[in-house]
Amino acid sequence: MWIRKKHSWDIPESEVTDYQVYLNRRQFINGAAGLAAASAMPLSFAAKAPSGEAYADLQPSDFSTEEKLTTYESITTYNNFYEFGTDKESPSALAADFPDRSKPWMITVDGECDKPGQYDYNELIKTQTLEERIYRLRCVEGWSMVIPWVGFPLAEVLKQAQPNSKAKFVEFTTLYDPEQMPGQRRRVLNWPYREGLRMDEAMHPLTLLAVGLYGREMPGQNGAPIRLVVPWKYGFKSIKSIVRIRFVEEMPLTAWVQANAGEYGFYSNVNPDVNHPRWSQRRERRIGEFLKRETLMFNGYGDEVAELYSGMDLKRYF
Amino acid sequence: MQKHITSLKRLVFIISLLPLSWLIYALLTDKLGANPIEAVTRDTGVWALRFIMVTLLISPLRKLTGINHFIRFRRMLGLFAFFYASVHMLLYLGLDQFFDIQEIWLDIVKRPFITIGFISFVLLIPLTITSTDKMMKRLGGRRWKKLHYLIYLIVVLSCLHFYMLVKQDKTEPLIYLFIAILLLGFRVFSQRRRSQSAAS
Repeated sequence: MWIRKKHSWDIPESEVTDYQVYLNRRQFINGAAGLAAASAMPLSFAAKAPSGEAYADLQPSDFSTEEKLTTYESITTYNNFYEFGTDKESPSALAADFPDRSKPWMITVDGECDKPGQYDYNELIKTQTLEERIYRLRCVEGWSMVIPWVGFPLAEVLKQAQPNSKAKFVEFTTLYDPEQMPGQRRRVLNWPYREGLRMDEAMHPLTLLAVGLYGREMPGQNGAPIRLVVPWKYGFKSIKSIVRIRFVEEMPLTAWVQANAGEYGFYSNVNPDVNHPRWSQRRERRIGEFLKRETLMFNGYGDEVAELYSGMDLKRYF
Repeated sequence: MQKHITSLKRLVFIISLLPLSWLIYALLTDKLGANPIEAVTRDTGVWALRFIMVTLLISPLRKLTGINHFIRFRRMLGLFAFFYASVHMLLYLGLDQFFDIQEIWLDIVKRPFITIGFISFVLLIPLTITSTDKMMKRLGGRRWKKLHYLIYLIVVLSCLHFYMLVKQDKTEPLIYLFIAILLLGFRVFSQRRRSQSAAS
């Protein structure tokens, strides 16, 4: 039996207007002037219409929060993705067609494991059961969102590679391609972007490889085609547009730790008691809300992950 | 001439209000993106800095062009700097900290970029208070001038405040800092030339 899950953001069938019709209506009303205007501002149009193919048969998850979702518009126009510029608006303007779909997206899994391999992204997701996971996302800058991701546990990919006893950490690398990622032409960070997790963090069931949001393929500005989501850590840990996953023995040097070790730690767990040296982390502004919220320990995922850090001084290992 | 100056002053007044008008309009029509409070706070801060810099541009303009009338606009521009700085400050106090005195105090004491921004704002207050003709007379030209040299410190502190709050890409605050150095450098340069020509 095929049961179609009703999502909270689903628009009733009666209200759905085909996007093409919507565009044509403007042209129809405004005639030639409308055409000229539409072609003059294609970016602002593209940003508003959900893009990408919709996924079918997404499994719901017990890990999902029932909080109010941040709008698709906000999630896809307010982005930190320095590969496409350092302000919040550049990624949505510059990453609309990222990545080039004519080239295969390959992900290398290697390092300390028995079965290293190269995966074609399209092949990889066919082998996975895609879930919808509604997670809170807390940025180190003091704002947060609630995002309905589409993805599967990172552990699924890691287990396949059969990590050996030397595998203590996992290192992730973003694509390096200044042709496609204009932000990489300036050395704001030491490209390519690298992130890392401890083995137990990487294997944790909350840790997600996300391939979409709002039920559709991942938009370029959000880290297409595949990205990490670690909901109890600050957003920059959730590395975008991954091309390599490597098992390593030593703690990997991440891009942000390399840039400023005094301000960004390897763990970077959301922690209202450990402030960023330059600003407080006690509160956050949920995008779309007026008042600020109290920031929760481990971004509210303490029940699931606090035990990973039992006995650790989180002020020291920030 | 006086007539021209008066109508020009009106024009400058209206132009100076444009950034605020745009922000209010953009806020009401949802054009400031996903985090409008952050955008308004940041933009009013940047406008305060820009107005501070415009007041510092008056003297060089006067000297380079020989047109003394530029000075007639400086007070108004300075007051606009204070106005935008006040809005910036109020947005921080109200919409960032929700007037939580304890949090604000902690911020001022513990966060150097807040400390520096706060000091810049506080230093603008005596300059604003002594901006009237009456206060100028009461202080006497010399003391008034000495007091208003504070603007040199304020512009540097404001640039520093901007530089320190930016997470990684420091390009924009560095551009402002560069302009501030040019404006201050011009003064050092003309001062030196004056003392040189006095000596010869």
